Amino acid sequence: MSTAKRIYMDHAATTYTHREVLQEMLPFFTDYYGNPSSIHQFGREVKKNIDIARERVAKAIGALPEEIYFTAGGSEADNWAIKGSAYANRKKGNHIITSVIEHHAVLHTCEYLEKEGFEVTYLPVDRFGMVSVEDVRNAITDKTILITLMYANNEIGTIQPIEEIGRLAKEKGIYFHTDAVQAVGSVKIDVKQQNIDMLSLSAHKFYGPKGIGALYVRKGVKLISFLHGGAQERGRRAGTENVPGIVGLGKAIELASGKLDESVARITGLRDKLVQGVMENIPYTRLNGHPEKRLANNASFCFEYIEGESLLLNLDLKGVAGSSGSACTSGSLDPSHVLLAIGLPHEIAHGSLRLSLGEINTEADVDYVLQILPEIVDKLRQMSPLYEKVKG
Amino acid sequence: MKKRVVIGMSGGVDSAVAAYLLKQEGYDVIGVTMQIWQDKREEAFEVEGGCCSLSAAEDARRVCDSLNIPFYVMNFKQVFEKTVIDYFVEEYFQGRTPNPCIACNKYVKFDALLNKAKALDADYVATGHYARILYDAGSGRYLVRKSATLQKDQTYVLYNLTQDQLKHILMPLGDYTKEQTREIARELDLVVAEKPESQEICFVEDDDYGRFLSERRGADIRPGYFVDAKGNRLGMHKGIIHYTVGQRKGLGIALGRPMFVVELLPDKNLVVLGDESEVFSSALIATDMNYMPFEQLENPIRIKAKIRYSAREADAEVFPFEGNKAKVVFSDPQRAITPGQAVVFYDGDNLVGGGTIEKRL
Repeated sequence: MSTAKRIYMDHAATTYTHREVLQEMLPFFTDYYGNPSSIHQFGREVKKNIDIARERVAKAIGALPEEIYFTAGGSEADNWAIKGSAYANRKKGNHIITSVIEHHAVLHTCEYLEKEGFEVTYLPVDRFGMVSVEDVRNAITDKTILITLMYANNEIGTIQPIEEIGRLAKEKGIYFHTDAVQAVGSVKIDVKQQNIDMLSLSAHKFYGPKGIGALYVRKGVKLISFLHGGAQERGRRAGTENVPGIVGLGKAIELASGKLDESVARITGLRDKLVQGVMENIPYTRLNGHPEKRLANNASFCFEYIEGESLLLNLDLKGVAGSSGSACTSGSLDPSHVLLAIGLPHEIAHGSLRLSLGEINTEADVDYVLQILPEIVDKLRQMSPLYEKVKG
Repeated sequence: MKKRVVIGMSGGVDSAVAAYLLKQEGYDVIGVTMQIWQDKREEAFEVEGGCCSLSAAEDARRVCDSLNIPFYVMNFKQVFEKTVIDYFVEEYFQGRTPNPCIACNKYVKFDALLNKAKALDADYVATGHYARILYDAGSGRYLVRKSATLQKDQTYVLYNLTQDQLKHILMPLGDYTKEQTREIARELDLVVAEKPESQEICFVEDDDYGRFLSERRGADIRPGYFVDAKGNRLGMHKGIIHYTVGQRKGLGIALGRPMFVVELLPDKNLVVLGDESEVFSSALIATDMNYMPFEQLENPIRIKAKIRYSAREADAEVFPFEGNKAKVVFSDPQRAITPGQAVVFYDGDNLVGGGTIEKRL
């Protein structure tokens, strides 16, 4: 590769693991290796550290330690919350409410449950990607057992009115699950105050390791076990614990909540500079998502007359990592269901770019992007027959 | 500044070695797998796990990793659907036998991919085709020559490339034999070194194009009559899409003598049968002509012509015909000249040009 520059602006996809987090994890590979279920001191000293991690997670979201269950990540937590509560409450009803802009871990799980005889209402969103509380209220029937709505959207950053929906769910006696994978570490969460019954989170979105996450389950929520086997996680999620991962998750969430305000303020500043620079310098551009109620690190754009694919690859060849729509792991891009749901026509949804900022990004990074992005967009537009017509 | 080239990577051994050779020659190489088709059938989804586990793309990715070049999967599903699949299906319903590879080369690989390559500031698109492209300074034109290994020669599917396309195409395998290609792949320890040849029609996994057409436009497949040259009804056929000129097997009727498909008449939904002699003819009209050494055919030329990919070359004379058509007259009668297929002309090792067979005379 000709370029030496490497600028990472895809923190919504994943983050690096913080050095401090890694340091805390390392002894649990080599020095503290006992099985936490064992009664001897090798086991006990590890078990103690799992408890510490559980307390840290609980504290960060206002839950009790015994309400935290470790999982292999966000998708597992979503699957467990939705399938587990659906099956456990089947006698009560078979109706689930969700939205059209959920992550596939939620959408595909709901689609699976439809095949299993459940009924699912997929609520629309407005042009900012916001679900209406009234729509939720109107969708509720006497068969509704679960409302599952994401805390903040991974593509466009819009933050949902979680507290209002939680209040509504509580009033109606319906379980409320939120996929907070993008939100934890970026917004203040208090599951009790917000009436959240279940919440999914994933460590690698806030400078923790990959392959570890957690599901918060309020005491009293009926949920079937996810993996059957040993007595780990109070018998609800069997399998010897991913101890280094759990320790890393605990440390990462503690660090993230400790400096939340400071980090949000700094990243919001960078993000606003980026958004402003793009909107001022590139015509025919729109900012996706809610102008204010959005994640601090999220900048999502649509550039008319070009394809996001070519844009992303050009950025990559110049060392800048971004993403377009929801990239499939093959790297191939279809217009994102989220962008279509907020009412963007197919051809415009194709020209999307998400830049998600993180701790390592600097003013100089933003300046570099603001320097190369207008050039790339202009080059691609010069090649577009549609743009020719616009210019007349 | 190094010249940049985007190479289309199918996940096979040919494009892998082509990428390596380009890198050796000093190009700035970017590997691209074109995602063109996804079997929508449920079973395929279950087996492959959907769009994220395209094994071809995975193989290509591993090759690019070992060559240390960037790799991308690009989405060409829409353009492929429109220019290749829709054409493929429509041709059968028009009573013709399409060649989807030719359409794919013209509209997808050397048009859509070339445009995406230009968007990445690339100078060229490259492929693992066995063919040679040369520039003739005298005429100022780009010419195509058969590959060093005649059995693998793929110039037939390249006859309709324009000068502007050829200017931006590299085919580094033209001077290699298939065995040499595999040998290079083995020496480099590429994961695809022993991968078998790909199938004929990449988007019809089971090669059952009848099934494919039924799934897409089943309602348009109507049974009709087999007739002889005089119009006498000989029996019922299952729909013209199931037949191709020259076919003998699978007609599903017994007339006491071998019968062959002579012609398909889509307007009347008839399949004309005859004995083998009726399947031969000595001339055809071809349309949408394209020539390498010159823009337009001014005077008749004597060449050797191939009427399908696997056909043997036959002596023929090509005459200019109305519009951008040509009349091809063979020295000896040819078996099963099939509308929809390409007729391609050669002068020795040089690809002269060709066109789509419109009708036999």
